[in-house]
Formats: sequence, structure tokens, C-alpha cells
Amino acid sequence: MTGMRERFYDLVREALDEDDRVAVVTAQIGNDAIGGHSRHFDVGIREQLMIGVAAGLALEGYRSVAHSYTPFLVERPWEFLKLDLGHNDLGAVLVSTGASYDAARSGRTHQAPEDVALVAALPGWTIHVPGHPHELESLFRRSLAGDDRVYIRMSEEENHARVDGGGFTVLRHGSPAAPIVVAVGPTLRPVLEATPDRDLSVAYLATVRPFPHDAVRDALGTGTDVVLVEPYQAGTSAAEIAVALRDRPHRLLALGVPNAEFRRYGTGAEHRAAHGLDSAGIARSLAEFLP
Amino acid sequence: MATTTTLGYEDLPELLRRLTGDEKHDRSSFSTLDVLWVLYDRVLGEEDRFLLSKGHGPAAFYAVLAAKGIVPVETLDGFGSFDSMLGYHPDRKLAPGVELSSGSLGHGLGVAVGSALTGRRVWCLVGDGELDEGSNWEAVQYAGRIGLGTLTAVVVDNDSAWLGWPEGIERRFMLEGWIALRVDGRDHEALEAALRPDLEGRRPRCIVAEVGAR
Repeated sequence: MTGMRERFYDLVREALDEDDRVAVVTAQIGNDAIGGHSRHFDVGIREQLMIGVAAGLALEGYRSVAHSYTPFLVERPWEFLKLDLGHNDLGAVLVSTGASYDAARSGRTHQAPEDVALVAALPGWTIHVPGHPHELESLFRRSLAGDDRVYIRMSEEENHARVDGGGFTVLRHGSPAAPIVVAVGPTLRPVLEATPDRDLSVAYLATVRPFPHDAVRDALGTGTDVVLVEPYQAGTSAAEIAVALRDRPHRLLALGVPNAEFRRYGTGAEHRAAHGLDSAGIARSLAEFLP
Repeated sequence: MATTTTLGYEDLPELLRRLTGDEKHDRSSFSTLDVLWVLYDRVLGEEDRFLLSKGHGPAAFYAVLAAKGIVPVETLDGFGSFDSMLGYHPDRKLAPGVELSSGSLGHGLGVAVGSALTGRRVWCLVGDGELDEGSNWEAVQYAGRIGLGTLTAVVVDNDSAWLGWPEGIERRFMLEGWIALRVDGRDHEALEAALRPDLEGRRPRCIVAEVGAR
């Protein structure tokens, strides 16, 4: 099956051919895969310029798409996201590849599990975390149709099947007071593997900003326990859970990539296991947290 | 780009006197006055875009916009106040005629490149001190290499770059493929001649407007 990154390049080429409003900016990464087009601008290894150019194109009415590896799309030019796009109220669709520990062998320089937290710290961004290439397709097409600021986090990790509906979807209903596990993007697969026999609800979340406060609150029913499983920095949406349940006693376990220098290479699977985000790790955490 | 003249160059000092409170940026603000006046009075057309990257000290910018009837003159009095549309750094969502929110240095040229890539004629004003920011050079390199002839960078040189520019600012731009020249930043005829668009241009232009240190 085609992964998210390959599917994205297909989608970008189609969008450039079909929609005169679309303009794409890259900084070497993805340049060859997208290929030549009069509205594809590769600015070389100049990531601050990539965001500035995306803003300038938006200023002229184009629907800008900017794409690079996560640290170079979000972290290096973060102030340009804040000002060129955000403060100037210009829209763009930013699509990253190389999520969290996808580039485990490349070390810390190519890992950015902080990406969603950084983008979420800026006002007015929609953030999608697709868990399957088919979800990426629908979310990307929907994003192109708008004029707002969107961040789409692609990953090599993906779930075994797509979840239709987008946003927040309750996939398994426990008893009325059962705990709820909110699985973000590609964490759904290990979450389902870790929870076959437990009385709990499992919800899938692919659009993390704006956060679906009311839906999470409703899905918890009369329960009190929430487990949030994120494929990036642990607790990125913990404050949003607190907002959703602000007037209700509750307990929250936030699983994700720890906020620590993790000096290991290896594979994504090894990193996932080390962070307790594989099915065995999630099962262990649930056993410790839930009664 | 509205250019209906309601007040003249000779009215600018009085307009500037109404903009009080940001004196720490006086040097920066007054350095741009003549360039801005010539751009708005003689150069910019209806379809052209002007981006003030050097958002520090925008008093001269606001005075010119007021003189041209783009912002109401009376708004100058509230400069920087809570309800004012005119702050110490311009906000395009608040003030008419402001096409780029700026203040943090090194952002305008990149946006200008994106705008100019669409065929729009764009003038972007930066300061010689602002050129210390490395992000400018990403834009300078790219625009020069691709021959972005719709882009003009106006560098107001008031000798404020911390370590200077050995061999001159123009040389840095020319090395990257730009046309670059230096003019007297207070000479309106020289500025007009340099700033007028080159409709057949195949290379970006850098106009260094020398105003001297104050």
C-alpha cells in the first residue's frame, strides 16, 4: 500500500494540475517527487524563505502549500509561521513528513516530536494528524478548499484501516462510567491491540485543533478517567482535556513521547517501544492507571 | 494603492510632530521619510505592492500614508495608544494601506519574493541594520538566482549595521545576481529615477538609499 508521503506527492501533483489557485513551496525535500510545475517553487535549503514565500503567494490570493521534513517546516521557521502567516492573517497548508521518531536512525536533529505543541501554541491553526493515507487524502483536499492556516502531520506509522468521519470518532463504547482512551492519529492501532478485553471506550482523534471539547466530554459519559495517547510530545493536548472537563472531577493519563533528550538511533519501532507507545507499553500504562 | 494627494511633502514635519512617544526609534523613522514620500508620490501604481519590512520606527510611514489620505490625519494623535490603529510596529489588519505587519526584522523580503513570483511588482523597504538578519539573505540569494525582475529591494542605509558592510551593501546583492546602485536617500529626483519600475527587467533591483548616520 502507498504510504502517506507517496500519496501526498500524488495529491500535490493533481492539485497543481487541477486548481489554478494552488501554489506549492518546497525547500529541496520533496522537490524531485513533486516535479516541475509553473506554480511549484523550490527555494533551495532556505526554510525561513519557504514560509515567507508561502505567505507572499497567499497575499496574492493563492492557496499556498509548504512541505518539508518536520524539524525544517515547523521548528526552524517557527517565528515565520507566527508572523508571516499568523500575524499577517494569511493562510497556508503546511504538510510535514518525518514524524516524531520516523527518522530514528538520523538522530535528534531529524526528530521533532514537539511539532504539534509548537503549532498549537499559535492561534488560529487547524491541525490534522491522519492515521492512514486515505485520511490524509480527505483532510488535504478539505484543507485546499479553505483559506485558513492548516498543519498536517504525516507519519510513517499508520493504522490498519482508515476511520471515516474525520475529527473525533468513538469507535468502541464501554459501559456508561467506563474510562475513555483517546487515540490520536497512528496510535489507534496499538491502542486497539492493547485494550481488547477492557471495559472502556475508545475514541479516535485525527483533528486535534480545534480540539473537540464537547465531543470528548460527551463520550466520557459519567466516567472520570481519561487516557490520552499521542504520537508526539506527551501531554500536548492535556490542557485541552482539562478545558473539556473543567467542572468535573477527573483523572488524566497522558501518554506520548517524553520531553527529554533521547540519545538513541535504531528504528521507529524501537523508539515507540522505548516510549511505551507500542501495544505492550500502552497495556502496561493502562494496568497501572486504571482500577 | 491610493495616491490621491491631499497634503504635500512640506506638511510631513507637522504630521510627524503629531506622532509622539516612540522617540527611541526617531533615527530609524526619519531615515525612511524621503524614500517613502517618493515611492507614494511618484512611483507606486494602482497594482503595485509596497511592503515595509523595517517596521521599526514607522512614524514616517504613517505620516506619508496620512498625507496621501490613506489613513485619517487625526489617527496620528493616538499613535501607540490602546485604541489606535497605528502602533509602534505596523499591523496590516488594523491600518489601511499597511500591506505587511512588520516589526520583527528580516521578514519582509521573503514575503515580497512570494508576492513578486506571481508577477506583481513589489517594492520592499529594509534597513542596512536589518540586513544583519540571515533570513534576508535567503531571499536575496533566491531572487537573484531566479532573476526575479518584479522585485525591488530598497535598502535605507543610515549606517546602523552593527559591524558594517565591508565593500558595500550593493556588492553583496550584485554577487547574488541583482542590479544594485546607491543613491542619495534625500534627493527626490535621484530616488525617483532609481525606483521607477524597469518593465523589461530580468533581474531584481537593489536601491541603496544613503541617508547618513544621524
